[in-house]
Amino acid sequence: MSAELQQLYQQIILDHSKSRHGEGLKEAAEGTVAGQSHQYNPTCGDEITLRVIRNGDTIAAVSWEGDGCSISMAAASVLTDMVGDGLSQTELLGLIDNFREVLRSRGTVEADEEVLGDAAAFSGVSRYPARVKCAMLAWVAAEEAMLASR
Amino acid sequence: MSVVSTPTTLKPADLAIDNQEVRRIRNDFPILSQQVNDRELVYLDSGATSQNPLSVIEAEQEFYEQRNAAVHRGAHTLAVAATDVYEDARETVARFVGAASNEIVWTANATEGLNLLTYSFSNASAGRGGEPARRFALNPGDEIVVTELEHHANLIPWQELAFRTGAVLRYIPVDDDGGLKMDEAASIINPATKIVSFTHASNVLGSITPVAELTELAHKHGALVVLDGCQSVPHMPVDVKVLDVDFLVFSGHKMLGPTGIGVLYGKAELLDSMPPFLTGGSMITKVTMDGAEYLPSPTRFEAGTQQVSQAAALAVAVNYLVETGMERVADWEAQLGQRLVSGLQQINGISVLGPPAGIERIGLAAFDVDGVHAHDVGQFLDDRGIAVRVGHHCAQPLHRRLGLTASTRASTYLYNTTDDVDFLLEAVAGVRPFFGVK
Repeated sequence: MSAELQQLYQQIILDHSKSRHGEGLKEAAEGTVAGQSHQYNPTCGDEITLRVIRNGDTIAAVSWEGDGCSISMAAASVLTDMVGDGLSQTELLGLIDNFREVLRSRGTVEADEEVLGDAAAFSGVSRYPARVKCAMLAWVAAEEAMLASR
Repeated sequence: MSVVSTPTTLKPADLAIDNQEVRRIRNDFPILSQQVNDRELVYLDSGATSQNPLSVIEAEQEFYEQRNAAVHRGAHTLAVAATDVYEDARETVARFVGAASNEIVWTANATEGLNLLTYSFSNASAGRGGEPARRFALNPGDEIVVTELEHHANLIPWQELAFRTGAVLRYIPVDDDGGLKMDEAASIINPATKIVSFTHASNVLGSITPVAELTELAHKHGALVVLDGCQSVPHMPVDVKVLDVDFLVFSGHKMLGPTGIGVLYGKAELLDSMPPFLTGGSMITKVTMDGAEYLPSPTRFEAGTQQVSQAAALAVAVNYLVETGMERVADWEAQLGQRLVSGLQQINGISVLGPPAGIERIGLAAFDVDGVHAHDVGQFLDDRGIAVRVGHHCAQPLHRRLGLTASTRASTYLYNTTDDVDFLLEAVAGVRPFFGVK
């Protein structure tokens, strides 16, 4: 198989797609606010419902339910891990923008591991325009869910 | 000047197609010799769209180079030449399905053909077309019957027609293997049924529906029969007079022809009493500021400037199929279909949708890979140069019924060898190991 395919399906992505972090919607505790978003990709049937729970300006938790390809499920799982560090709203939006820029670059923008951490593993997706939407599904949901929590 | 449409592979009708002949057929299709991802292209997505022989591609160019003009208008030489091409093409296609020329209406594709019918019936329901069109009118309480197998194109137009008229849309369910529950069909189709519309061959399961039985049931109750021939007309001999269906739709691009052209067949006496769908230029006899009178079929249904180069090219595609022999094509693809299914069945973790090996099917099979999403399967196969379709194949209700959201579909045509099938099978066997699924 080609190097591009290996690059697309890195071990970290395959692992996250099987052992999914953040799966199962969490209820918001008292004193926190929640926002939720449902995203659906009609071409392949991938879907996700993602909830962002916020404690003041800090993202307290991301949880989700979904069904889809390995790329979309792994992207949701990796996102959950990254946000678990207690990002601010602005930091999360910045992260999403950075992720989107790399994915839409058709391979021209290198992923900065310092910024994207495990999510840098998705940079191989940028060479497959048809799969960008798969990788973005949970991230777009997070963006909308966070805005909905305001 | 003449358009070359003869395959380089002519063989007597009694000789079956074999790999050797297919390899010669492939030489007629320029696109098939290319590399994809540094691999030789293995095209197994003809159920979505087929590839074109050079003669078909050249036919469109030849039309634009030498005969381009609006048809049915103008007295100049080119207009006459274009009209001849257009009408000769209609005759060629008519002969191909056993119809008369005036029973063939050009459409953009099969989807438009089905929408033409539903909007015409809608217009009849609103009183258009007068007394002769009343037989197409639907009223609250009338019933339309489809099946659970249908492509969205043969479902949504009927849903919309039902919404507009107050008619009830019912469907014949499928069993776990995707077979139509014919015992239930016998009660679902009843005296209130006005239309029965169903596919000839499932674009997901590859199964062939019992057309004769359903048509007889429908006609017994005075209902009209609409057949979706998208997956049958390109792949097997189809004769509308033998099938006795009232309407048939199919698409040019699935039968070696170009995109942008499809066909609606209708019995002449029906088409001539139906009100038009799209209205405008070319389809009228007399127009005043208050109204218009319409030409008979098929011109009544061909408003505006038509797809002439596509019709010319479709005729060349049809001739290619005729000269190859539809019986022979059907036999070859049936072999490929069986090889595909029996091979897939032997791979661990693969479930074939629809009938198992040994049961009649066209050369197409959709399957589920346990633990790997269809999109990932398609990506893995594409890396090896294999083109398949992934997703719900425009049949969400059927996938839902089978407990899936998506599947992978391989579909063959007369230019596929048994090597193509074997190559796919070998690749599919590597999918679960690659994704680490045990």
